[in-house]
Amino acid sequence: MTMTDASQRPARETVKRVPQSLIALRNILTFLLKSPTSAFGLLVLAVLLSGAALAPLLATHDPYAQDLQSALQAPSMAHFFGTDELGRDIYSRILYGSRITLTFITLVSVIVGPIGLLVGTVAGYFGGRIDTVLMRITDIFLSFPSLILSLAFVAALGPSLNNAIIAISLTAWPPIARLARAETLTFRSADYIAAARLQGASSGRIIWRSIVPMCLPSVLIRLTLNMATVILTAAGLGFLGLGAQPPLPEWGAMIATGRRYMIDSWWTVTFPGLAILCVSLAFNLLGDGLRDALDPKQMNRR
Amino acid sequence: MKSVNVRNMEIAFGETRVLKDVCFDVEPGECFGLVGESGSGKSTVLRCLSLLLSVWGGEVKIGGTSVRDMATPERCRTLQMVFQDPYGSLHPRHSVRTTLSESLIVNRLDNHQERMEQVLTDVGLPIDFLDRYPHQLSGGQRQRVAIARALILEPDVLLLDEPTSALDVSVQAEILNLLARLRAEKGFTYIMVSHDLAVVDHMCERFAVMQAGRIVEILPREAIPGNGATDPYARELIGASLEYERAV
Repeated sequence: MTMTDASQRPARETVKRVPQSLIALRNILTFLLKSPTSAFGLLVLAVLLSGAALAPLLATHDPYAQDLQSALQAPSMAHFFGTDELGRDIYSRILYGSRITLTFITLVSVIVGPIGLLVGTVAGYFGGRIDTVLMRITDIFLSFPSLILSLAFVAALGPSLNNAIIAISLTAWPPIARLARAETLTFRSADYIAAARLQGASSGRIIWRSIVPMCLPSVLIRLTLNMATVILTAAGLGFLGLGAQPPLPEWGAMIATGRRYMIDSWWTVTFPGLAILCVSLAFNLLGDGLRDALDPKQMNRR
Repeated sequence: MKSVNVRNMEIAFGETRVLKDVCFDVEPGECFGLVGESGSGKSTVLRCLSLLLSVWGGEVKIGGTSVRDMATPERCRTLQMVFQDPYGSLHPRHSVRTTLSESLIVNRLDNHQERMEQVLTDVGLPIDFLDRYPHQLSGGQRQRVAIARALILEPDVLLLDEPTSALDVSVQAEILNLLARLRAEKGFTYIMVSHDLAVVDHMCERFAVMQAGRIVEILPREAIPGNGATDPYARELIGASLEYERAV
């Protein structure tokens, strides 16, 4: 009797525990869809994702194919968003550009999130000298305007997409670290941390198992809000010719080259600009929605 | 069963000396109470004992070995603590299973499932509570989980930091009976902080009265009803408590 009990239980657990996180995810999604602003954010994100994934299917032209015969044509049925100075289809370029934008924000978030979390939680948990050293380093990075610092890094490393990603990551982690530290400070004297220490857990284990899960929601929110800034900085670097290099269809670079023909051919800058606007607005709205959805005070309802 | 000997425990936070020369001995299997007003240093004694605070003077021996000489795993398996507030002592994002298995993983114990089921049965919770989260539990159930977490490493000494003061009166009685039963079954040594003399009267054989970081008197349980204390502060404290009970 007890034997069958014990052998059946693990199977039931795995069935039961996976849906737990899925249910939470579904709850968060339904919460986001309830408010129109964050629903708009989700919608734009979905369009961005599917546009990037299905770019070869949705694009009407090759984004790199030049056709000087049809340069600077106004939007029409043949070219939805018109063509640029080399006759490339702007609609297709924007679609392919969404891949670059997505790579950008994913890589920056993947680099920035862990670094910020690590620095912040370690500084907050240990306190004392470690805190002072880590936070002064953070202060140094914070005291530079991020675009200028990225400019300096890109200038030093040479202009390319990867270097722009590294440069933006270097300037984007300090706010995350500060946030994680502030959160950690509020938990570190909690009884459950003391209990974990009495259980014999090492500091690393306490930080990873007990503190990081508590900091994660606010860091995620912050990262989402950061994505808008990252997109703008990436576009800025592209505009200055220090990010993605031609002929890559990066939105900022498209505006930069289109600028010269702006007066006569408004579409060369308008559509990439609208794309940047929509996506960064969407991430801002989504971040705001997530802040409400992940608010610890509302967690109990889920 | 292990005895606890505390000798000349002292600690200062900045200029303030919080504990001054605290000495007491607890027999193996005894329940020893620490009472006193707020800020008299009761909980600090427990935090020093468990090395949650590490910079303090004096010596604590458990079963003849100094706590400072014990390796961390050994210390964890010798003494455990139950905290005052069951709402703050369980990690809000950890299920009961995670909370309990964490100890087992850290201390490299085997048979996780059996141990967790055993300990939940010991504290009187159904086994399917393993997959619950703290916000799905009542205060009394949370405190039972906190006790289960302390029990799962099979310690010899349990430090109880006002284990019932955050709970409803009826739940208080449940938890106290649970603690008394566990002591009878497993032979724990308890050191219990409380400001409620009725609780101390119910649980402890002896208790120390603390004032401003000092132990003013150590009394047997029998001294409570007739107020047999000799120290003026202890007399006043017990007298006030008796009067309060009469008034209630």
